[in-house]
Amino acid sequence: MDNGVVLTMRHIDKNFPGVVALSNVDFTLRAGEVHALMGENGAGKSTLIKVLTGVEEFESGEIRIEGREGAIINRSPQEAQANGISTVYQEVNLCPNLSVAENLFIGREPKKAGLIDWKTMNKKSKEILDNLDIHIDVTRTLDNYSIAIQQMIAIARAVDMSAKVLILDEPTSSLDDGEVEKLFVLMRKLKDQGVGIIFVTHFLEQVYEICDRITVLRNGTLVGEYEVENLPRVQLVAKMMGKDFDDLAAIKKEGVSTVKKDQVVIDAKGLSHTGTIKPFDIEIHRGEVIGLTGLLGSGRSELARAIYGADKADKGELKVNGKKLLVGAPIDAMMAGMGYLPENRKEEGIIADLSVRENIIIALQAKRGMFKLLSRKEQEEFTDKYIDMLQIKTADRETPIKQLSGGNQQKVILGRWLLTNPDFLILDEPTRGIDIGTKTEIQKLVLKFAAEGMAVMFISSEIEEMIRTCSRMAVLRDGMKVGELEENELNQVNIMQAIAGGDKG
Amino acid sequence: MNKLKKITSYRLFLPLVCLAFVLLLNVIKTPSFFQISVNNGVLYGYVIDVINRASELVILAVGMTLVVAASGGTDISVGAVSALSGAVCCCVLSGGEQSTNEYHAPYILGVLVAVLVGLVCGAWNGFLVAKMRIQPMVATLILFTAGRGIAQLITDGQMIYVRVEHFKQLGAFIKGIPLPTPVFVAVIVVILTTLLLKKTALGLYIETVGINAKAARLVGLNSVMIQFLTYAFCGLCSGIAGLIITSRVYSIDANNAGLNMELDAILAVALGGNSLGGGKFSLLGSVIGAYTIQALTTTLYAMSVPADQIPVYKAIVVVIIVSLQSPELMRMWKNFKNRIGAGKKVA
Repeated sequence: MDNGVVLTMRHIDKNFPGVVALSNVDFTLRAGEVHALMGENGAGKSTLIKVLTGVEEFESGEIRIEGREGAIINRSPQEAQANGISTVYQEVNLCPNLSVAENLFIGREPKKAGLIDWKTMNKKSKEILDNLDIHIDVTRTLDNYSIAIQQMIAIARAVDMSAKVLILDEPTSSLDDGEVEKLFVLMRKLKDQGVGIIFVTHFLEQVYEICDRITVLRNGTLVGEYEVENLPRVQLVAKMMGKDFDDLAAIKKEGVSTVKKDQVVIDAKGLSHTGTIKPFDIEIHRGEVIGLTGLLGSGRSELARAIYGADKADKGELKVNGKKLLVGAPIDAMMAGMGYLPENRKEEGIIADLSVRENIIIALQAKRGMFKLLSRKEQEEFTDKYIDMLQIKTADRETPIKQLSGGNQQKVILGRWLLTNPDFLILDEPTRGIDIGTKTEIQKLVLKFAAEGMAVMFISSEIEEMIRTCSRMAVLRDGMKVGELEENELNQVNIMQAIAGGDKG
Repeated sequence: MNKLKKITSYRLFLPLVCLAFVLLLNVIKTPSFFQISVNNGVLYGYVIDVINRASELVILAVGMTLVVAASGGTDISVGAVSALSGAVCCCVLSGGEQSTNEYHAPYILGVLVAVLVGLVCGAWNGFLVAKMRIQPMVATLILFTAGRGIAQLITDGQMIYVRVEHFKQLGAFIKGIPLPTPVFVAVIVVILTTLLLKKTALGLYIETVGINAKAARLVGLNSVMIQFLTYAFCGLCSGIAGLIITSRVYSIDANNAGLNMELDAILAVALGGNSLGGGKFSLLGSVIGAYTIQALTTTLYAMSVPADQIPVYKAIVVVIIVSLQSPELMRMWKNFKNRIGAGKKVA
């Protein structure tokens, strides 16, 4: 192969029951480049990666990799690895209870007389990590380190196993800015060593910061491959969406505030959960979108969880619609009219093997109780209503939710809560890992619900998104609510200052 | 082709194929297997024997299915609990005597106490698993070992006989009805459980908790309560099974009643195409699995295999059946076919 091309995929086809996932897709990766794979949810990014790494089989097409004669077919991630293709996922697939060194060498430990040679293993591990400017104690167990470090260790492991192609699937979604920067340093280093990196992400800024080329997919087909400097953001977005894109700013609120200050829905006083969130007061009104902002780990989600009872509050008092409420478990909060879309969709949101229908009706069914089963007809009507309203892309209402793309799964969960007709809806990172089109849709929906009188708590890491959506913001720092910003104070500078903390400058 | 695909993708297709496979063995080896004769107004034959003998297993498998689905674990105490229930029932009815020719207490009391004992044992398991978060295998190991001990304690280490014709009816025949009574008990248990699962939201709740307990809690389900209920229900089933076991031999032998049945019950769940990891389940699958196991045992008897060698043959057939249902084997087979196909194309 010429021009330093390490990987080519040609004419890849892949069908799922009832859906064409990939149709005639080409992809080319060169040595020493960071190549972004972009597209909306359901565009086929994940499927392309899965086909490449042997997680899924493909129907036709061919994959070639530098150094191997002819086309290769990976039947399992192990085979892919043997062919020099390694993947690091958003969720780190390492063993938290083993040491860093063990994690680096698991399955290929250096041996001496049939026993593991710990000394060599620790020494080599240190070398590998030092070489990548990661300076940590390799004998401590992995769970001592942040997700960001764990991810870097996963990358180090992948690269050390002689990866020519490194796939990073949404590596930055659970990292804060500083950690992202460190990851980029590592990526640049690998790039200089000649590794070809496929970078799957939703963050446009990051693409423009680190990538050399972009391949865009839409609805399972290839839109094109572009050099980063020749593709302005607006055009990239347009290509991903397949239409002229009216700037996101278009959803900026039209001055009319829907907040009804006299109708308090949630009134918390001194609520806290030991170890996660210090006592806080908060008052939320009908028709209001209150944003929670702060750095990762500042207690944003924890505050919401304490109100909903996901982590039972151990101190303080909560009033809902003026009535005192003791929340022992989430069901109590639900009965009082709350809904909660959790941050971690995969672990706490979806019920993977159940159908879209079952996933939508489950919360309402739990509210009604075991003996008042919704009739099949009602269930189907409700499901169809929300598939229609939220434009959920699914082959059928009986399709298991795990077969849907991330954004569509999120919409199903949103539908689940809308069906319970809540007074107060908590949305914790509802747009994380979701394409821009769906993001905008969800933001618009949030504003619509608020206009109809719902109180919404909106948590997001993207400040621009928060400014567009929220009418008020609570700022958190180090597990404590440190202040609030009113509508007229909402701008990037103010928020940044509040998050960082005025006293620190 | 499409139709064929639809049939083969039906959930119970493989369990049914396995049952057919066992029956097919008989068509070849023992054609007399399918003969049914009428004797004294009741039906006789190997097939009748299979449905009759499988009854306890079917009932245990029903309870086991729910436990597996909700907790991703198994209840290994069901055999011991059914022995304990049987022992308590016999003790109540015999009034503590070793052998009796008449009831010392109303029959219905004996039945209720037996079922109640099962329920209490199940509730204990449920408490340990759901509330105390002890691993199911360990939690139910307690009654697995202690259950028979308690039964010995109650029976004073003796076999207790209840030689009353009425007592034998549950395990044999009721006058005027050509089919054995256990068959009806099993069918009723299956039907009532199915109704309970389909007419209430319990079935959905169990699957939800089994698939993702964290998410289940956040959508307002009480995972602890639901898991507890499945264990209690499983205990109840053990109690009913214990009654049939005792009635068949109108006595209780605390050492041997229901021995090793927990393993068959777990196997029945697995043969029914249910994942032992919990989550989605098919009750009917487990029932088919239970009948398959009994059909296999009876088949081996019909082929006059000595009783102590039966486990060997059983193991072989189980290996075949389980691999038939393994997706990994399906994948290997598909790859193999593709390779052959590709080879042909080249040639």
